[in-house]
Amino acid sequence: MSNYIKLIVLGLIALFAAMGINYARDVAYMVHAVIVLLVSGGLFIWTLRNTGEPDILTDRSGEYMDGVVRYGVIATAFWGVVGFLAGTFIAFQLAFPGLNFEWAQGYANFGRLRPLHTSAVIFAFGGNALLATSFYVVQRTSAARLWGGNLAWFVFWGYQLFIVLAATGYLLGGTQSKEYAEPEWYVDLWLTVVWVAYLAVFLGTIIKRKEPHIYVANWFYLSFIVTVAMLHVVNNMTIPVSIWGSKSVIVWPGVQDAMVQWWYGHNAVGFFLTAGFLGMMYYFIPKQAERPVFSYKLSIIHFWALIFIYIWAGPHHLHYTALPDWASTLGMVFSVVLWMPSWGGMINGLMTLSGAWDKLRTDPIIRMMVISVGFYGMSTFEGPMMSIRAVNSLSHYTDWTIGHVHSGALGWNGMITFGALYFLVPVLWKRDRLYSLKLVNVHFWLATIGIVLYAASMWVTGIMEGLMWREVDANGFLVNSFADTVAAKFPMYVVRGLGGVMFLAGAVIMCYNLWMTVRKAPAKEASLSVAVPAE
Amino acid sequence: MEEYTLLRQFADSWMLLALFAFFVGVIIWVFRPGSSKTYGDTANIPFRHQDKPATHKEARQ
Repeated sequence: MSNYIKLIVLGLIALFAAMGINYARDVAYMVHAVIVLLVSGGLFIWTLRNTGEPDILTDRSGEYMDGVVRYGVIATAFWGVVGFLAGTFIAFQLAFPGLNFEWAQGYANFGRLRPLHTSAVIFAFGGNALLATSFYVVQRTSAARLWGGNLAWFVFWGYQLFIVLAATGYLLGGTQSKEYAEPEWYVDLWLTVVWVAYLAVFLGTIIKRKEPHIYVANWFYLSFIVTVAMLHVVNNMTIPVSIWGSKSVIVWPGVQDAMVQWWYGHNAVGFFLTAGFLGMMYYFIPKQAERPVFSYKLSIIHFWALIFIYIWAGPHHLHYTALPDWASTLGMVFSVVLWMPSWGGMINGLMTLSGAWDKLRTDPIIRMMVISVGFYGMSTFEGPMMSIRAVNSLSHYTDWTIGHVHSGALGWNGMITFGALYFLVPVLWKRDRLYSLKLVNVHFWLATIGIVLYAASMWVTGIMEGLMWREVDANGFLVNSFADTVAAKFPMYVVRGLGGVMFLAGAVIMCYNLWMTVRKAPAKEASLSVAVPAE
Repeated sequence: MEEYTLLRQFADSWMLLALFAFFVGVIIWVFRPGSSKTYGDTANIPFRHQDKPATHKEARQ
């Protein structure tokens, strides 16, 4: 019966998409309609072929749902390489403008590729890492199989469709020009549907948990899911110009729109890239170190302090703008206060290793996790400092901001994700160990040196640029033209690009290592494999 | 009174107090007597049920 409902819905979507191709007012919308038609048409045929087949109901309540986690791990590694590649390419586009090829103008110039890079690393790489690890962690810490049956698969594939629609839209100009929220209205609506399903799966699993308590990692994951839902909906309150076109108009006027955007933007950092990844930290560091978290009490205070304070920090993106001073001061004060819970969490992560510091020498995976927490501490010190109005007057609009973002994103988010992937692959594919710890070590050093090159060159060029912009002569005239700063930044841009190449090379080595782990590493011995049949 | 001023006054007074009181309450709650034992057990959750879900017998003691 449910198959007939599915067929009707898929048929209607396919019909609508076909009409969309015909009536499309812009090329991005038309290409998206083609993609939606292909996906819904393919699913229609697939459902049709399976209709009328006898249902084989197997009771799987006695095992975890790991298939979707495995797919999530693969997607994380894949999108990671894609995102890092795009980032490295646009870094060289800035150093060598000739790479903005004439034949690709309007599709693959810096302006079109830059949102592709940011969304690929944040939402495709980071988002899939969060999906995969949250599904893994919530099952283990709840001692229950994922709630909702195949709904988890819908979340996974629905999210991949969102990524494809967002990425193709950017290249074709389908963007609403809001940072980290570029996708247009229909893509936003689709993400909302997927996200509600994600919340249902996660919350459903927590509700049917067998453990009496909810482990702290799940608190962080849940706050990430709930807050991102709220941010996404409020920041994307748009009215489409036509249902046959991608253009839409935001309902917020003027400075309110700017404030809503940066309330969204900063909390995308705070809840997507921080709270969610802290959930990973609170599970995978104790697991890899084989000892419980340093202080569970501190983790609870960390959680409440972080979510209570982060939500107010957004206005620090709008110093010296039309935003009222009291609002930007509020954002600044909360950003500085935020330093404390951030470092509380960092200490909690690092001290989990107390009594096992020798593992840093022997286990490159724990080293990766520890340096990620170290970068977390560093960028959560740098961030509050940059939010202070006087510092911001120098740092804002310069490459210092880019360096700050990348020490957090490459260092904290990247490294903890790599650590989690190295932990997960042998477990999920039932391998005794990783293919090569030596390659993990190579990856660790490539990534670390790459980040250091990146951050250091951006500090130098950012502060230089800020100082050059404000330099005035004895008569009060500006000394440097904008083009002077661009010329002065060239060597640092090349160093930054090289840092990106090293980070990308490390990620490629990781993919090879994980691939060979699945293919070649010895399977877990029979005595050890405790009844986890493959799904 | 216009809507903005009303909401702003509420946010600056009662809501601020409520959020602050909640936060202080959390800290006091965390350090309540006997919490160390509970949290010690909770902190060890990642080391249980790694391979398969809990059965009904071991469910919620």
